[in-house]
Amino acid sequence: MNLFTPLSWNDTGFILTGILNTVYISVIAIVVGSLLGLLIGFIRAESNKTVNVCLGAILDILRSVPLIIQLILFSTFIGVMGFPLPPFVTGSIILSLYTMAFMSEVFRSGFNSVPTPMIKAARSLGMNYLQTVRYIRIPIGMRAVFPSWIGVALSVIKDSALVSVIGYMELLRTAEQLISRTQQPLMILIGVGLFYFMISYPLSRYGKYIERKMEI
Amino acid sequence: MIEIKGVHKSFGDLEVLKGIDLTVNRGEVVSIIGASGSGKSTLLYCINAIESINKGNIIVDGIDVHDKKTDINALRQNLGMVFQQWNSFPHLTVLENAALAPQVVKGFSKEKAEAIATKELTHVGLGDKLHEYPTKMSGGQQQRLAIARALAMEPPYMLFDEVTSALDPELVGEVLDTLRLLRDDGMTMICVTHEIAFAKEVSDKVAFFHEGLIEEIGTPQEVLDNPQKERTQQFLSKVL
Repeated sequence: MNLFTPLSWNDTGFILTGILNTVYISVIAIVVGSLLGLLIGFIRAESNKTVNVCLGAILDILRSVPLIIQLILFSTFIGVMGFPLPPFVTGSIILSLYTMAFMSEVFRSGFNSVPTPMIKAARSLGMNYLQTVRYIRIPIGMRAVFPSWIGVALSVIKDSALVSVIGYMELLRTAEQLISRTQQPLMILIGVGLFYFMISYPLSRYGKYIERKMEI
Repeated sequence: MIEIKGVHKSFGDLEVLKGIDLTVNRGEVVSIIGASGSGKSTLLYCINAIESINKGNIIVDGIDVHDKKTDINALRQNLGMVFQQWNSFPHLTVLENAALAPQVVKGFSKEKAEAIATKELTHVGLGDKLHEYPTKMSGGQQQRLAIARALAMEPPYMLFDEVTSALDPELVGEVLDTLRLLRDDGMTMICVTHEIAFAKEVSDKVAFFHEGLIEEIGTPQEVLDNPQKERTQQFLSKVL
């Protein structure tokens, strides 16, 4: 009896699910991480030194501890505490927080890039603090850092492969299972690499396009 | 009417305004001249409450600007301000630049705000640039946009802080022409300026600032043609 069966068209659905799961968790992490990052970035841009040092310390931990360790630690921790969560939820939480840590720095520098005289000009027109944030600081600041935002988003897509270690069936884990069945690692990993490229490349092109459009 | 009474303002240990008294009536054009660091611009910032004051009162149409109970955002709608740097909002078109504040501050509909903005932009000669982005325009055009943007709030008073100082010489004329236009409309204006000839031409009153005090004030003929104080004479002999 042959233990190993080669890759066949029957595996298409399985692979597709893996791809979709990668896209799915990446989108969640980018959206949630960006929203939280916008909030934290704004708080950091507006706060005094004490608040900034405290927030900075927490963000530094999220940024400097390797993602794979954060994932394993967190999922083990909640397991030990008696609240095991599905790998998808655990992965989404950690990947979102990790994304937030990077996005907050991106957005903070965006907020800081808006010149004070421009804000004064807006205030002199009668706009209140929140109106200047909404209509001047967010749109102008975010445009300035859009290229960095794309950069972080792209690396999150690739980092999402690490969520496989806690059992989430994303693209890489799907591939690992296929490899163990087919014993064709080279071909499958090349295929997986291509898929990551196919997901990331359009986003990177789109980023370039938007960047050019905003330069007007 | 803008009444400025005994206003003192310090930045740390440096006292920039040392007791300024000045009244500007509706329809008047008052020019403030003086050397850099004499407190001219600071006074404008204090009128608009962009800077706080340490002593005295600034009263606009009976409302004390620096009273804690004053709704400063409502008050600023009456005090259009144009700065040395035009600070166009780069993410918005010319029309959107001018229509933004009427929309978000006054709550006007987009159509109404854009109608007012179009009117003011046409008035300052930017009627053919409505849908362009300001970053493509010259400094003179952007400064006229800044004026139209302030006018779109339909304020009874306009404050001008050295609006031609950051411009290339060949662009100064078009901005001064815009200010003349406003004077002819009967706008009440306070102009901090280095353009002595312009101040002489448009002003009802000229105030000469020296080290945080008004050294001399009067009609342009009195202050600019026949200055009585030695410091005014010295300043004018240097700049004319």
